[in-house]
Parts: sequence; structure tokens; C-alpha cells
Amino acid sequence: MEEILDNPYLQPIIATLLIVAVFPLVAGYMVLAERKVLADLQVRLGPMRVGPYGFLQPLADAFKLMLKEDIIPAASDKWIFWGAPVLSTFTALTAFAVIPFSDKFYVADVNIGILFILAMSSLGILGLILGGWSSNSKYSLLGALRSAAQMVSYEVPLGFTTVTALMVAETLSMQGIVQSQLDKGVWIAFSNYGLMLVPAVVFIIAAVAETNRAPFDLPEAESEIVAGFHTEYSGFRWALFFLAEYASIFVICGIAVTVFFGGWLRPFANVGFLETPLNVAFPILLFVVIGAGCALGAVRVTLAYEKAIMGVLALAMFLVAGLFAIPMINELIIGFFWFLFKVLIFIYVFIWVRGTFPRFRYDQLMQVGWKYLIPISMGGLIVNGIVLLFTS
Amino acid sequence: MDEDKKPEAQTPPAAAQPKAEPVKAASAEAASSGADKPSGTAPAAAAKPPAASPGAAVKPAAPARPPRPKVPPKKAPAVMEVEPWQGSLVDALTERFGDAIKEFSTYRGQDFLVAELPSVASIIEYLKLEQDFDYLVDITAVDNPEKEKRFEVIWIIYSFARNTRIRIKASAGADEKPNTAATLHRTADWLEREVFDMFGIEFEGHPNMTRILLPDEWQGHPLRKEYSIIQQDQDWVRENLQIESAQ
Amino acid sequence: MATSTTFLDTNELVLNMGPQHPSTHGVLRVILKLDGEKVMGADCVIGYLHRGVEKIAENRTYQQFAPYVDRMDYVAAVSNGLGYCLAVETLGGIEVPERAQCVRVILTELNRIASHLLWLGTHALDIGAMTPVFYCFREREEVLKIFEKYCGARLTTHAFRIGGLQYETYDTFEKDCHAFCDWFEKKVDEYEELLTTNRIWVGRTKGVGILDAEACKTYGVTGPVLRAAGVEWDLRKAQPYCGYEKYDFDIPTCANGDTYDRYIVRMQEFRQSVRIIRQAVDSLPEGPIKGRVSKVFKPPIGEAYESIEAPKGELGYYVVSDGSTQPYRLRVRPPSFVNLQALDEMCRGCLVADVVAIIGTIDIVLGEVDR
Repeated sequence: MEEILDNPYLQPIIATLLIVAVFPLVAGYMVLAERKVLADLQVRLGPMRVGPYGFLQPLADAFKLMLKEDIIPAASDKWIFWGAPVLSTFTALTAFAVIPFSDKFYVADVNIGILFILAMSSLGILGLILGGWSSNSKYSLLGALRSAAQMVSYEVPLGFTTVTALMVAETLSMQGIVQSQLDKGVWIAFSNYGLMLVPAVVFIIAAVAETNRAPFDLPEAESEIVAGFHTEYSGFRWALFFLAEYASIFVICGIAVTVFFGGWLRPFANVGFLETPLNVAFPILLFVVIGAGCALGAVRVTLAYEKAIMGVLALAMFLVAGLFAIPMINELIIGFFWFLFKVLIFIYVFIWVRGTFPRFRYDQLMQVGWKYLIPISMGGLIVNGIVLLFTS
Repeated sequence: MDEDKKPEAQTPPAAAQPKAEPVKAASAEAASSGADKPSGTAPAAAAKPPAASPGAAVKPAAPARPPRPKVPPKKAPAVMEVEPWQGSLVDALTERFGDAIKEFSTYRGQDFLVAELPSVASIIEYLKLEQDFDYLVDITAVDNPEKEKRFEVIWIIYSFARNTRIRIKASAGADEKPNTAATLHRTADWLEREVFDMFGIEFEGHPNMTRILLPDEWQGHPLRKEYSIIQQDQDWVRENLQIESAQ
Repeated sequence: MATSTTFLDTNELVLNMGPQHPSTHGVLRVILKLDGEKVMGADCVIGYLHRGVEKIAENRTYQQFAPYVDRMDYVAAVSNGLGYCLAVETLGGIEVPERAQCVRVILTELNRIASHLLWLGTHALDIGAMTPVFYCFREREEVLKIFEKYCGARLTTHAFRIGGLQYETYDTFEKDCHAFCDWFEKKVDEYEELLTTNRIWVGRTKGVGILDAEACKTYGVTGPVLRAAGVEWDLRKAQPYCGYEKYDFDIPTCANGDTYDRYIVRMQEFRQSVRIIRQAVDSLPEGPIKGRVSKVFKPPIGEAYESIEAPKGELGYYVVSDGSTQPYRLRVRPPSFVNLQALDEMCRGCLVADVVAIIGTIDIVLGEVDR
């Protein structure tokens, strides 16, 4: 027993299994959250039928996708067609390996963590291109070519801004980056007299483009090329692409949070007197409010099973709130809480942007990438480098 | 057609009479209407003949109606009651085209001219280039199978500068081909294709004289009067289902 | 796909868009010739929704046919009905009472707003802004509610009859119209805030699908597309019908004739329609709502062409009577059909993404294109 617990591979294996098991569900609820937030922006209700307030919609969707007839176009390149979504999902989920969810919960702390993530997210494009190519459909092909060009273009500003952040952090390890922000007492986005805000903003814009989200969702622009690279996919294969997309959204938001916004650190991590209000009172209040909302929902819904679900949810929220009150457990989970909280804020921003802006055209997308983002990110790199040189 | 039994109830008021009647007809009307009013049947008489023989309510295609036996026709005569159309444009067109234009008329305040088919294209060209009629509104046709030249092709053109809309009409036999206006007005392209699709009138010199609304393999031209919807249905059922249609 | 002779031969890619495609507004099929993403030509294939309306007309009485016209441009059914009624009334020499004309103007303008709202929502959706469509449908709902209260139908209203109206307005009609106008004006501001100065929106629409005044005329393109090209021409002003000469309103025009200008023109038309509705509601006279029309309506032998400014352009009806109860020939001059023809010209040299923007900006309804 002792031997097993001391095994250095134990924690990574548990973390990996947890991520692989839980993330599909998380992705499903990200979709639900996206639909609900969009619905809220668009004066409608969103999914309301399955479960209370549509809460079981992701499960219904998952079942539907799994039970759907699996169609492989007759003229497609079957092996590539089969392998493309697997490749996409694989690379997207692999990137989770180095994301520091908290100071205690992570799969691996590699000394080239950030490089590994960038490499994996670049490799993910291959799945899109192969999927689009092997479908033998013109819409898929157009979508695949668009995604190839787009991702290659936006990797560049993404890389430049990351390098800028790395100059400040002086390490490539994801945990090390967070640690350096703790040491410096300031999130990288606000360091260097605020000059780092420029790369941070560029990074977020490029991240939206890198994940094929609106307004850069050209590879799957439904009004132009139907569904882009996954036009011919259906059922579970399509679900894998979807999973990969949401995984990469989560990953890229995770990078943004880790590299620029303090990772699992709470805001003002070095200001001691904020410890209790931010690390104890805030999460308790948050979960109590959510729990109260669920309880209100339990009162409002009419069906017995819906009442039960909402009631259980409310109880669970109160329970989580209670956990934060216990100092020992609080210490364990508070980093995880702040990391997720920040990631969710970014995901909300992604959805908000999607609900607000029209889509770019192909040439404009390239223009934004090459004429604005790349020069700005290069400028940011140089200016920040010079400032660092003189201040250190 | 049950309503036909009580036409007196719907005697139209004087206001409902056509605004533009020929001078002669109008005076005749004035003379006779006084005599007819008390009986209250004068306007109704116009609506009478189909009621007398309900079977005849199925539309008689010919503009020329069978002569009415007793009441002399006062309203709704058997031909269109047109007024002559005069003006500088008419003079210019007469001077330019002479006998090619057979008639200049106005009906309900809408001017039209009747021209010989071959000269229509040049009339449209002249109107566009020299009289500012730069907007071809519509091209359509009417099928009169009884006539010697069964089709009447109609061009509606408009001038933005003059704010005037006129119609050009020309008769075309079943095998006659009007000249296309598509070289002058791009809009004629589809409009002529539609006329071809619906009537089978081919336009000479059109770049792409194919069907536009109906499938290419469609049989017949639907807006010809002899084209029967029921016949079409029966043929389809017979061909595709190998049974007799219940229609 | 075109056959390639060598490995690196770049041939044209022929892309079939539609009839089942999210952005072709129904069953339009466009065959695009592409060089990469650049459009070398666009060929429209239409007729998927052809119902032979003109043939049906020859087999129905004048009154019987009136509901059919609603099914052509079904988002602007009231305009269709108005055009048809005007043509038949001209043919039969029927006078329409003042009150009926006024109500016709109100309903037609409300319908113009509804039609433009549908256009705006779908156009924005085509360009990738997914939110305006819901706002537009919210406002359109209010128009449809007024229609529903007035005549029981929401979409294919059949609101007008030959000679006037079938129904008297309901009790709070004037109040509802005013309330809608007040509310809607603010909403137009909201749309403009969302789109007019949006950098992406401007970038996507400015300079896209240009059709200048000359091209508009030769293609017979009318309506907002023509006005966006700088031609101040609106049948409501040029050849007023239905008492439009009594109302004070402007014809919004722009100069460039691109997609953005068409957007601006239509946004202005929202405001002008509101202006007209307000004036019409305020000046709604008392009196009969229907002229004297025989139940067995038989226009004299003759023909008439009447056209109105429908939301999409000049909508004309050419009716030929042989003196019987049924039209001898009825021709519809549909604005969508004629306007769609300019698609090829507008698309050349654009990108695929522009094609959907251009299809949206012409504002076609396939029910009217195919009839």
C-alpha cells in the first residue's frame, strides 16, 4: 500500500483519468452554458425541455449523438476520415497534461510546459485538415483550407505574445510561470508598468481565432460553407470534433489564465488582509448564491423529478460552500476554484463576443492577423524586452 | 356562380363606370341610361349572359362574345374601349416608324402601342437610346388560340426621366420569333426565358433560350390555353403509376 | 470538380450552393465557379418553388384568386394583396373609399417594416451576427400581432378585398399602431447601434456587391437596391397610389450602391415607414371601407398594369380581362425574380462569404421568384 502511494506516477494517472472521464461532461455543460448565455443575450430562454431549465440537455445530446447512425461518405478516404476526429480529440486532451489546475492538482509539471501546449494545439489543426480533406466534399475542403491558413496565421501572434510573457516569467514551466507571478506579486498581464496588457489582449484575440470561435469561425461558418470541415461528419465522430473544439477552448483559456492572469492565484495574491474575504468569504458567498438560485428553481419547477434535481443541486452547492469554510479543505481546493473561476470568465467572454460580432471575411481575417496582430505582438515583444532590460 | 341569380342587388353606381370611354359610346350611354335606370337592369345586363347559361361561365377565350339577343350592349362591349393616345412621343414614334406601329391607344389612363413584331426590338432600342425609356419593366405574353396569330407579346417599359410607363404589344404567330431585347436591357434575359418557358415563344438572338422555372425535361408550355392541368396530372399518373387517374 | 491535367493544375472549382443551404433563403440554387475562394461566376437555378400561380389565376375568379397572391412574397403578403387589388380595381374602374385607402397604407407600411425586419435579421445572420435576428423577430412579432388582431391571420393575411377592405379596424387599432411606432423607433436605434458602426459589419458590407445606377437600370433592379445606387425613385412618390401623395416622407438614398448602402437605405426606410404610419393613423377618416363591387365581379374587356413599391421593389400586376368572372391572363412582375438576375454581376470577383451577403442584400423571397 505504502509502495503504491509513494509511486511518482500515481498522481498523474489519477489526474489523467479524472480529466479524461470528466471533461466530456464538462464540455457538454460548456455547450449548455454557451446556449444559455447566448439565449440570454438574444431575448430567449435556450434549452428548457430536458430536465429542469434544460439542465439535462447535455446528457440528452450525448445520447443522441452516440445513438445516431454513423455515416461515412462512400467517396471518402475512410481511414483518414475515421482518424481525423480521433487525432483532434487526442491532441486537444493531451494539452491538458501540463495545465496547472492548482498548485496541487496537475498531471505533469514539465519544464517546457508552454511549448508542449503550443505544439499540441498546432497539431490539432491536422485533424481538421485531414477531416476536411478526407470527406471528399467541397464545403469540407474549403473549411479545412480556411482552418489551415487561419491557424497558421494566428499561431504567430500567439507565439510572440507567449514569448513576451515568458520573458517576464523567465521560465517555460507552467507551474513556474504561476510561481513567478506569486514571487513578483503581480499578474504578468499587469506587470512591466502595464505594458504587458498589449500582448495579453493580442493573445486573447489570437486565442479566439485559434479556437475557431466567432467572429473568426470561418472554418465552420454555417452561413457560407454549411459546417466547414465537419460538414460530412455525424454522430459520435462529430461529437469528437465538438469535444476537441471545447477542449481547446478550455486549454487556451487555461493558458491565458496561467500565463497572463495569475493561474490559480487569487487576485492580489500578495495582499495579506484580502486572504479571508477573497479565499473564504467570496467562494462561500458565490456558492450560497448559486445554491439559493437552485433552491428557488426547485420551488418554481413543477415536476417531481425536476424538483428533486434542483434540490440536490442546491444542496450540493451549499455543501461546496460549506467545504470552503473548512480551512484544511479550503487550502486544497482554493487554487482550483480560482483557476476555474478565471477560465469561466474567459469562456463567458468568448460566448459574449460570439453573440455580438458578425463574422470576418477570409481576406479580412488574414488582414487582421498579418497586418495588425503580428506587428503589434512583435512590437510588444521588443518594447517589453527593452523595458525589462532596463528595469532588471 | 350562384350569385348571378341576384345581380340587381349589386347595381354598380355611376362611379364604377369606366373612366375612359369613347366619346361616341359615352353619349350613347347618356342617352340610354336615363331610360334604363328605372328598371334598374342596365348595368346588370352586362353581367347577364353567363348567368343565362351557367355552362357558359366556363371562360370563353375569345374577346368577341356571341351577340346578345335582346338588350343592346351598352356597358362592357365586346372590344376594349380605348381612347387614342396623343402626344409628342406618339408623333416622334410615328415619324420614325410609320406603319410599323399600328395603333396608339390609352386604356384606363395607361398608354400602349401595337406594333409589328419584327420592329419591336428597334422600337425598344429607339425608346431607350433617344427617348430615355431606360427601364424594361416586364416582358410577358397572352395566348389567344382563336386568333390567327395566337400570341400577343407585351413589353412594359418605363422612363425614369419622364416618369412614364408604356406598353408595347405585338402579335406573334406560333412559329414567329420576336427579337430579343436582352442585348439592350439585361433584365430581358430571364424575362424572355420565362416567356419561353410558359408560352413556348422563342426569342431570336437570346443568349440562352432555355426553360427557367420549369425543369428542362418538362413537356408543354403551361400558360398556353390548351394546356390542361388535369391532363398533365393524368399523364403523369398513367406514366409513373401505371393506373388511371381519378381526376 | 474539373478534371486536372497536371498535378499542380489550378482549375476552376464548381461549387453547388443550395437548394439546401442555410443561406440561400429558401430553395435557391446557385452554382458558383470558384478560383480558390474567389467567385468567377454565379449561375442561379430557380423554380423549385414554382406553383404556377399565373395559371391558377386563369382558373379562379378575381375574388377567389386574391388569397393566392399572399403566397408569393409571403413575408410581405399585404403588399402583394395591395398590388393585386389595385390592378383589378383599375381594370374594373372601382373607386376605393378614403378610409379603406388609409388603412391599406397603414397595413402595407407595417408589412414593409415586417419584411425589412426579416431581411435585416437573416442578412445579419448570413454575415455571422447571430443576435440581431432574434431582436428582429421580437419586433416583427408585434407587427404580426396587429395583423392578427385586424384580420385573424399573421403571415398570409389576405387583408384587402377588391374594392376596399373586408373588415373594419378593431377598437384599439390606432392605439396599437402608435404604440408600435413609438416602441419600434427606439429599436431601430438599437439595431443601428449594434451594426451601423460595427467595424466588422462595415468591413463585411462596404464595397461588396456593388451595383451602380446604370447597372440597376439595365437589370431592371428596383427597390432599396436601386435607391442605394443613388436613384431617388420610389413608386410611392413617382406614381402615387392609395393616397400616398398625402403623406410627408422622404426617399432615402445612398451613393455607392454596395451592400452597406442598401443596409443604410433599408434602415432609413424603417423610419420613413414609421413616419407614414403615424400620419396615416392620425388622419384616418371615417366612412365606408368598401366600394361598391358586384359580388359577381366582371370587369369589362380590357387590360391594366398596376405596380406598387413593395418592400423588395416594383411589384406589378398585369391583368387581362375577357369580360368574364375570371382573369383571362394575369401576369405578376415580381421584384425578387428580376432583382435576383443581377446576382451574377454583383458576385463576380467577390469571395464565397460575400455571395451569401449579396444574396441577403438583394432580399429575395423564393416564393416570389418562382411563383
